[in-house]
Amino acid sequence: MDMNQYLDIFVEESREHLQLLNESLLELEKDIKNKEVLNEIFRVAHTLKGMAGTMGYTKMQHLTHAMEDVLDALRNDRIVVDSDMVDVLFQCLDALETYVNTIAATAQEGSESFSDIVDSLKAILGADPSSAGKSAKHAKSSKGSAKATSLSVALNQYDFNVINKAFEGGYNVFEIRIVLSEGCLLKAARAFIVFQILEKNSDIIKSVPKVEDIEDERFDLEFTVVLITQKSKEFFEKEINSVAEIAKVEVTPVTKENMNEYATKAGMSVSAGSDSSSSNEQDNSKHADDHHPVKRPTKTKKTVRVDIDRLDVLMNLVSELIIIKTRLDETNLQNKSMDMESIEYLERITTSLHDAVMKVRMVPVETVFNRFPRMIRDIARDLDKDIEIHMSGEETELDRTVIDEIGDPLIHILRNSADHGLENHEDRAKSGKSSPGNIYLRAFQDGNHVVIEVEDDGKGIDVEKVRKKIVDRGAVSAEAAAELTDKEVIGFLFKPSFSTADKVTDLSGRGVGLDVVKTKIEALGGTVEAATEFGKGSTFTIRIPLTLAIIQALLVMIGDEKYAIPLGSIQEIEKVKPDEIKFVRNQEVIILRDLVVPLVRLDKILNVPGTLPDEQKKSLICVIIKKGDKLSAFVVDKLIGQQEIVIKSLGNLLTGVKYLAGATILGDGNVALILDVNSLAL
Amino acid sequence: MDVVIPEKELIQYLIFRVGDQEYGTELNQVSIIEKDLTYTRVPTTPDYIKGVVNLRGDIFPILSIRLKFGLPEIEVDDDTRIVIFNINESMLGIIVDAVREVVHLSKDDIESAGNITDDKTLDYISGVVKKDERLITLLNLEKLVAELLENRDK
Repeated sequence: MDMNQYLDIFVEESREHLQLLNESLLELEKDIKNKEVLNEIFRVAHTLKGMAGTMGYTKMQHLTHAMEDVLDALRNDRIVVDSDMVDVLFQCLDALETYVNTIAATAQEGSESFSDIVDSLKAILGADPSSAGKSAKHAKSSKGSAKATSLSVALNQYDFNVINKAFEGGYNVFEIRIVLSEGCLLKAARAFIVFQILEKNSDIIKSVPKVEDIEDERFDLEFTVVLITQKSKEFFEKEINSVAEIAKVEVTPVTKENMNEYATKAGMSVSAGSDSSSSNEQDNSKHADDHHPVKRPTKTKKTVRVDIDRLDVLMNLVSELIIIKTRLDETNLQNKSMDMESIEYLERITTSLHDAVMKVRMVPVETVFNRFPRMIRDIARDLDKDIEIHMSGEETELDRTVIDEIGDPLIHILRNSADHGLENHEDRAKSGKSSPGNIYLRAFQDGNHVVIEVEDDGKGIDVEKVRKKIVDRGAVSAEAAAELTDKEVIGFLFKPSFSTADKVTDLSGRGVGLDVVKTKIEALGGTVEAATEFGKGSTFTIRIPLTLAIIQALLVMIGDEKYAIPLGSIQEIEKVKPDEIKFVRNQEVIILRDLVVPLVRLDKILNVPGTLPDEQKKSLICVIIKKGDKLSAFVVDKLIGQQEIVIKSLGNLLTGVKYLAGATILGDGNVALILDVNSLAL
Repeated sequence: MDVVIPEKELIQYLIFRVGDQEYGTELNQVSIIEKDLTYTRVPTTPDYIKGVVNLRGDIFPILSIRLKFGLPEIEVDDDTRIVIFNINESMLGIIVDAVREVVHLSKDDIESAGNITDDKTLDYISGVVKKDERLITLLNLEKLVAELLENRDK
């Protein structure tokens, strides 16, 4: 069997299961008595074991099997959950993730056997003093008395009637106990083969464990059946033994004389016709539990897995469509011969198509957020602090490419909060704060943007300390530093090599973090800001524009060159007479209603050749740009019009050019550059 | 009985002219040769990057090899061409005065460029070839691309 075609499915599904395992373990930690969660975890381990077995990943299977044993003991109350155990389970989760990652990369599970974790798991079981605990151990060696008999079949009245009829008909009735070899990989498959033989040659009237359980591999190494047949004992012994990986076959004839033994062994509710419990269950109710429909996680929408490359193709095609449509617009303007109505219809359809495709690319931030609880938990332990994270708005959606990029910046900010922001237990108590320290992670939509906030109730940023550091570093003189507003001072934290941490911890403090965060987020077209209240806490706010590749833009002329300004940043457009320009501290400004708005001379900044001086112009066209809550006036020569444009990269040799966010291809096929408002606005 | 003489491995080179020098690049790096492309100036880039151009949806830079090698620019004429290269997945175009021909060269034909002392060009030369009285300088475009990539990341 060529396993490679199943590799992708295996990896994807494993990852889903591991995510579920992650969430369940976190819940378990909060509420160690939660049986439902324990059962969920057991099921996940069981499923993963089956998957690993099918693919031949024996080490992974071994680990999950050991997990299963422990989990089974836990859910049957043979042992009690404690935090050390949960730690071991988390280690198992990490080990399994390692396996899956190795498999994703190399198609093999690698050489790590994580035997220490397996030993820890076994130790959990071994440490339990009660003999009941022993029976949960791997079936290989245990000969606990509970086991042998509990596999025997219990027959009810109905069964006896059938058997009696069989005797009358001269048939044989056998109880056959089949034991599979240790290390048998596909137990269910083996059992199936045995059952095939049995069914061809007999009528099976009872099976312990139940057939469904055998099919689900819910048995250790043996199972027992009672059947009615015309064939002989030797026949079955021979046939079944000829199946591979069968260790033992015991055929016991059931006769009128020993029949009653089976009835009495049952003990429990013969009339109800229940089977005696298999060795895995000691409680009938638990047995019944397993047959309840498995509770699915609440989010079962109908979904289709789509290759990301296919999405990209779709996206590109839509982009091309928009370019052509724009070209049609231009031709139409010139000829006026085309059907206006059709063009408008085309425009509507293209816009709808664009929206639909963009929606396909939208992914809830939950996919990024879901690893944070575990991360915070681990960090809290490492730092010996008590930290709780509260998340909201996980259903807020972002474009797929943004989702990919936003993870690292968020991790850094969260670590910052945990490491520098939040105090440890004693310090919090001293300040009259309760434990645990809280981190609030919120995502929500705000107009055209998605906002992600990381707020903590820690000690906040010491603005004065930062101010002093700025002067110490020589970045700014002492007098100038005194003039800076708090917001400006905090802004310095986002500059390279800036850190006020006294110690460099493993997590943060090396001064390479926040500036990288800022760069990454600005690369996505977004902004990041920090606000703080000393002693009370800090809030980091990230704003990301909603759509990425196609935007509405204003096309302008500067000199003879065409440029595009993203519409989302434009507040309004003003015509200004040259004599209305004032000066404030050497900066050209205009007065807009009551606001003083600085001028940005794009022609100078972009070195555009052939631009006219103000004297030769009747009025200046100013595009008023809004960045955060500050305004700037971009001076342009001419407005061309509003247009939908596709943002294209400047090619991999030129990305990161100053002042430019990218390029776009106009209807005439020429390239126009897109201005990076963030870097140009003051 | 004829003895078969094994042919030396021949590589094709595109030869073009800049000023009065002839240059060559491996043909397999050449994507297409265009005439009269309109490019868009990109502010704040070095002067030898003349701008970017759109070719079938891909946007990439156009360089003036004259400016890169410290020569004055000349007016575009009927012979001017833009040779578009694809080097390790990076596309770029180079404006040349004229495109001459394709020649076959073997490794033996190529000599090292140790004699050339002009600093501006030395880095980008991978060798020299003498062919029929002509001296052809072979260009190392990977070096050029690497340099651009380095500058980008600063």
